[in-house]
Amino acid sequence: MNKTIVLIIDDEPQIRKLLQINLESNDYKVIQACNGKEGLLMAATHSPDLILLDLGLPDKNGQEVLKDLRGWFNKPVLILTAVNNENDVVLALDNGATDYLTKPFRTGELLARIRSAIRINQSVSNIEIASFDDLLIDFKARLIKKNNQIIKLTHTEYALIILFAKNEGRVLTHQFILKEIWGVAFQTETQYLRVFVGTLRKKIEVNSNHPKHIITESGVGYRFQ
Amino acid sequence: MELFYKKNRYKKWQYVISIGLVAFGTLISFFSSDFVGYQTIALFLLLIVSLNAMLFDIFPVMLSALLSALIWNFFFIPPIFTWHINKPEDTLMFLMYFVIAIINAVLSYKIKQIEKKGREKEEKEKTIKLYNTLLNSLSHELRTPIATIIGSIDTINDKDTKLTKETVFELHKEIKTASYRLNSQVENLLSMNRLESGILKPRFDWCDINEIVYMILNENEELIREHQVLFNANENLPLFRTDGGFLEQILRNIIINSIFHTPNNTIISINVKHVSNNYEIVISDNGKGFPEKDLNLAFNKFYKSAQTESKGLGLGLSIVKGFVEALNGKILLENQVTGGARFTITIPAETSFIQDIIHE
Repeated sequence: MNKTIVLIIDDEPQIRKLLQINLESNDYKVIQACNGKEGLLMAATHSPDLILLDLGLPDKNGQEVLKDLRGWFNKPVLILTAVNNENDVVLALDNGATDYLTKPFRTGELLARIRSAIRINQSVSNIEIASFDDLLIDFKARLIKKNNQIIKLTHTEYALIILFAKNEGRVLTHQFILKEIWGVAFQTETQYLRVFVGTLRKKIEVNSNHPKHIITESGVGYRFQ
Repeated sequence: MELFYKKNRYKKWQYVISIGLVAFGTLISFFSSDFVGYQTIALFLLLIVSLNAMLFDIFPVMLSALLSALIWNFFFIPPIFTWHINKPEDTLMFLMYFVIAIINAVLSYKIKQIEKKGREKEEKEKTIKLYNTLLNSLSHELRTPIATIIGSIDTINDKDTKLTKETVFELHKEIKTASYRLNSQVENLLSMNRLESGILKPRFDWCDINEIVYMILNENEELIREHQVLFNANENLPLFRTDGGFLEQILRNIIINSIFHTPNNTIISINVKHVSNNYEIVISDNGKGFPEKDLNLAFNKFYKSAQTESKGLGLGLSIVKGFVEALNGKILLENQVTGGARFTITIPAETSFIQDIIHE
């Protein structure tokens, strides 16, 4: 079987080294670039399966690199950012990033993000059943079960959980969810989202005050797992 | 840009007021000149120029000096309502008036300059002192975890020392704790810097405050374990339009601060209320509270209580205050009658009861 190729675009040799050790010991093939220009070239010549892109590059703004990439590269791109700035993250996600990680990040987190980004990218839309711990979603029968008990959901709640389930493990911005569920006109109406996530949590979580499935990514959106 | 505009407007007012004062003085003089004589009027007008000189910048004062000299000549030196002056001593007095008024303006301007320099020097000294405190604090607070990391790694790598598996595990744990501590210190420094430079602008969005409180409690589960944190979500709370990220920083810092500075098993309670156009968060504990004289100092940068062998840079509460103020809110710290500290945060925000509508 061919190994999954990950391209790291980061100017910090230490971070590249650390990522390389981690990824190679988890059976990924790693290629590296230390600036935006080289990164774009490598992406074009080596056709990686996933790109880890640092937002703070010496030669080119990471957002620009991302936009350039998205002109022709449709595989997952994960953003690495050293500054905990939600605006940058949301902008990157709008620019087509698949997900993000804030430095310093845990290795487990990194691997989980990579796995879920690749899975979402490959997944075919005709999966019939998906399960998340105590939760089971039957897409075909339009059924949600928690511990084998059927949960009654409203139309909107159902649409929401399906959207989440199809993007398992990946952060979805408020704007994206609002657009997908309620339409473009509702993109700024986050109050609807807050309320429906609240009611959905009460129905699917064991403890809605300590959610395990719908995780809040503050200032950015939600992540379903 | 805004400041520039304000400054300009302030300058304009200086001109308006100084001219107004001269006009006012002229009016009084006009009605009293018959009784006191025009020479006395000169002194009175000079008094008004001096008054202006005390209050305003050099240019409005010069203008009022010039204006009052001309007014004195035109309205009061006989023959009145002409620029002509009859007696030679009056001409001399007119010239002297003019010179004295100008000297008045220049002298008070110079005094103000000297005062300003003095203030600047004081500011500078204060900044240097603050900077030194920061450096001292930093070198201690950052070096300690760095020393731990370097030391632990050296021990692990040293081939001559025989370490048990448990010891290696312990050392790894030390490295982990130290790195996290280092990270949170840097995070605090960055927050402080961003707050002070004004880069951080609130982004208002609808927030479920109960959710935010639970999130902070969940993420700090391990830290909280030795304390008893009581939080009962207020089910009737509306959504508030506020900056959730700022609010997280506020809550995180106060809660962590309370945990660090109170003994184990201390009860920390959190209450959220909707009060008129604000949301109010009260965080109280049954610890020892703050020393009475420190209640006003606790929000200062680098504040450390003398009571506790305190950890940290002393930035936490000043960051809290910065974020509260960035949201146009207020924070109050008091000791409770029953003992323990109580923080009351009041932040104005638009509300939405949309959940009630949807649930109906």
